[in-house]
Amino acid sequence: MKGTNLGEFQELVLLTIGVLYPEAYGVGIKEEILSKTGRKVTLSTVHAALNRLEKKNLITSDFGEATKMRGGKRKRYFTITAFGIKTLNETRAQRDLLWNAIPEQVFQVNWQL
Amino acid sequence: MSKKSIHPPRWAERLLEWYCRPELLEDLQGDLYEYFDRNIENKGEKRARLNYAIDVIKFFKPYTVKKLEILDQLTQFIMFKNYFKTSVRSIARNKLFSAINVIGLSISMSVCLLVISIISETLSYDKFHSGYDRIHRVITEYQFLREDPSHFASTSLLAGQRIQEEVPGIEASVIFASNYGKDIQIGDKVYPVSGRYASEGFFDVFSFNLLQGNPETALKEPNSIVITDETAKRLFAESNPMGKTLLTKSGDQYIVTGIVEKPPHQSHFTFQSLISYATYKAKQNETPEENYWILWSNIWSNYVYVKLQESTLPEQIDSRLQAISDEENEASDRVKITTSLQPLSNIMMRSDLSNNIGKSIGSEVLWVMAGLTFIVILSAGFNYTNLSIARSLRRAKEVGVRKVVGATRSHIFSQFIVEAIIISISALILAFFLLQLIKPQFLSLLPEFADSFLLKTETSLVLYFIVFAIVIGVMAGAFPAIFLSKLNAANALKNAGSTRLFSKVNFRKVLLVIQFTLSLAFIISASIGYKQYKYALAFDLGFKTENVLNVRVQGNDVEMLENAFSQIPEVTEIAKSTLVVSTGSTYGSNFKYEDPMDSTTLYYNGVDENYIPLMKHELLAGINFEGEAPKEENEIILNEEALRRFNIGTPQEALDKYVEVNDDKMRIIGVVRDFHYGKIEDKVEAFGFRHYSAQYYIMNLKVRSTDLPSTMNKIENAWNQVDDVHPFDAEFYDERIEKAYSNFSVLFYIVGFLAFITISIATMGLLGMSVYTAETRLKEISIRKVLGATEGSLVKLLARSFMWLLCIAAFIAIPLSYFVFDSIILTDMANRISIGIVELLSGVILIFIIGFITIGSQTWKAAKANPAQTLRSE
Repeated sequence: MKGTNLGEFQELVLLTIGVLYPEAYGVGIKEEILSKTGRKVTLSTVHAALNRLEKKNLITSDFGEATKMRGGKRKRYFTITAFGIKTLNETRAQRDLLWNAIPEQVFQVNWQL
Repeated sequence: MSKKSIHPPRWAERLLEWYCRPELLEDLQGDLYEYFDRNIENKGEKRARLNYAIDVIKFFKPYTVKKLEILDQLTQFIMFKNYFKTSVRSIARNKLFSAINVIGLSISMSVCLLVISIISETLSYDKFHSGYDRIHRVITEYQFLREDPSHFASTSLLAGQRIQEEVPGIEASVIFASNYGKDIQIGDKVYPVSGRYASEGFFDVFSFNLLQGNPETALKEPNSIVITDETAKRLFAESNPMGKTLLTKSGDQYIVTGIVEKPPHQSHFTFQSLISYATYKAKQNETPEENYWILWSNIWSNYVYVKLQESTLPEQIDSRLQAISDEENEASDRVKITTSLQPLSNIMMRSDLSNNIGKSIGSEVLWVMAGLTFIVILSAGFNYTNLSIARSLRRAKEVGVRKVVGATRSHIFSQFIVEAIIISISALILAFFLLQLIKPQFLSLLPEFADSFLLKTETSLVLYFIVFAIVIGVMAGAFPAIFLSKLNAANALKNAGSTRLFSKVNFRKVLLVIQFTLSLAFIISASIGYKQYKYALAFDLGFKTENVLNVRVQGNDVEMLENAFSQIPEVTEIAKSTLVVSTGSTYGSNFKYEDPMDSTTLYYNGVDENYIPLMKHELLAGINFEGEAPKEENEIILNEEALRRFNIGTPQEALDKYVEVNDDKMRIIGVVRDFHYGKIEDKVEAFGFRHYSAQYYIMNLKVRSTDLPSTMNKIENAWNQVDDVHPFDAEFYDERIEKAYSNFSVLFYIVGFLAFITISIATMGLLGMSVYTAETRLKEISIRKVLGATEGSLVKLLARSFMWLLCIAAFIAIPLSYFVFDSIILTDMANRISIGIVELLSGVILIFIIGFITIGSQTWKAAKANPAQTLRSE
């Protein structure tokens, strides 16, 4: 087990699920990532990440209504669990902590460059 | 093209369905489909389909793939112990039903085991030769003008020689030229030794075990003889016979060049000795003007076997044989003789060949036996199915509980299959003992059976038996298992005890009807077969066979024998003849009247002047032969049919006319009334008595005696004075006829036995069903009784439905077996019984009586029960 640490792509997917709430599903997530970040990911990568996240109890899923659009198959909507929110918060807090710990000069030096 | 008609590649969809876990499948399919739709719009159909396929393959990841169902298999395995235990308990609880099942199955199984042994033994014939699948026999088709061709296992020596010389692709070949019986003289003792002339390729074609001697040269030189170890022991006891010279009574000398192990039982032909073919050739060449032995048309007593090279196909040889036959047939305008190959493995299977060298069973016999036993085992299997379904009422609750606890359909299914297999394996054990009882009975039915079969129990056979029992178990258990595993858990638990759950099962009734139809058909067949047998024995052949003893001459001087026999006062008349007529064997020769182009076969018996009066043939016109048979045969006595064949006229008109037999002119001196020289199933055709002393093989003695054993003793003593080498071989005419028709009696025994078995099985099944019905309707019966029904009316009520089933069975069986016998089995027979009401109805009445007793006894018991007792307990 990797504990609560999120991989970079997993975090991206998790955030996207939040963005799309309450209608986050496989293809939708993939398209959203494409439009927001310009990253071209395959369906199977998205599904693999979703599967991991669900195993870590960060998200749950429910089937929606069947539509004609998908060959009669129902969509599986993903939502972030409370534990998922907590993990996102923790990751963000860790980031902020690290951001805040970076000395001002670093940015200035870089800026001048 | 509308968008809807475009689909993702079908194979990719299937692949996904196949590997993907069910809980993920729907979402994946949906996502892929949606993505596919978008791709069609953006990138076109081709790319979309390609992408779909790629994605399906990409999705093949550990988390999407189904787990192997090892766990499920494991459960089955763990549960096996439980299935076994519950099955044994349920078998023990229902002692009557289990006994009916086990006994019924074991009786029919024992017959099946017998047939399995027979079939496996027949198939094992000749397999001991190395490369047996490349060994073939040359067989012959003989066609005279446009008559039906006859087939022979034998062929001509010419064919054999031409094959050896001209046909490529043959690894080895062997020629057998006629068989012989030699009287070997050693010291003052004479031993008859039989065998065949065999060419030197013998040990290259066959793998008989040569104990001593060189296989290459043993049969090469003239006057060499190879004897079996058995014969060696008989002739020389312990001393080594190799290189010794055997002297025959007629003065020939043979040098022993090899000792071969006695041919194993699984060889289709057997021999006591083999003399080199070179010997035969040398002897024939002594008289160069006589060349009949090597003629193309001399196909009667020679055999040719070839072993093909591995690269050669039999068809290639066949076409060469055809070419040789065509070439040789050009010389003859009447007879067409065609040779072809017959695989070694086919020899035991094909019994329609005349002049067989040894044993042959015939695949028809095997098929009939297998078919009949299949019917018997079917009947016993039906019992199991029937009773299991009937009883499943009680098992429904068990199934319900199992399902609630989590058993799947396949679990329930395997549970009941296990139960059926337990029953069938226990039946197998019992059947195995029964087999030991019926085996000797079967072998003693016909001498041919005893010759052909040992029926030893071998390990591989036991294995077949077990596999067979399991197959039977699965088949008999399949229907109840399917039926029970289909039950809905809730229904089974809620309604257990209600018969409505099973009311749809008309299947049971169908099975019962089939069982009784089969039993009836067997009984009817048995009684028809018996009647035909009795009819054949009592048939008026047209001459008298009483007290006629036929003695085989066995190569002795007929005059000496006649002298010896005539000393005995009880022997009142003596005649000499070629064959024992009316027992199936015939001699034929070419027969013509005025038209040289019109010829037919004249069946004949070469007789002396005493034969016709002794056998009491009726002369319609003319006179009997007079005096000794002349050197130049010039007189003949014909039957009426022979006159009709050539329109010679009435018997009186025919006298003193001339006919041609084998190109010799003969004067008709008498005409006998038609009689059955063949078997009675054959038509009477042209027949003649020839006054022909060269073929006296049989002596017919009319015996008048009050003390038969002592008379027989005297006759045997007389024989021994003339011939002390060959054992006395004689048989009364009537006994011989009885033997000739033994196929009917064997048919009767076998079918009768099977009828007995099917009836007992069907009756047991009926008993089970009626016990069951009486039990389940006990309350109903009691209430009816309380309300005033009489016992008789109750019996009628319960028995009626079963009796109906019996009626239906009779309705099917009677016309069916009548049809089968009337237009299939008996049609070929010239003299046959007409099938009467007695044969058809006796079986039906028997079955009805047995059925009524079975049902009646059970229902009577139920009807007699005290209603107070049965209704009290709820």
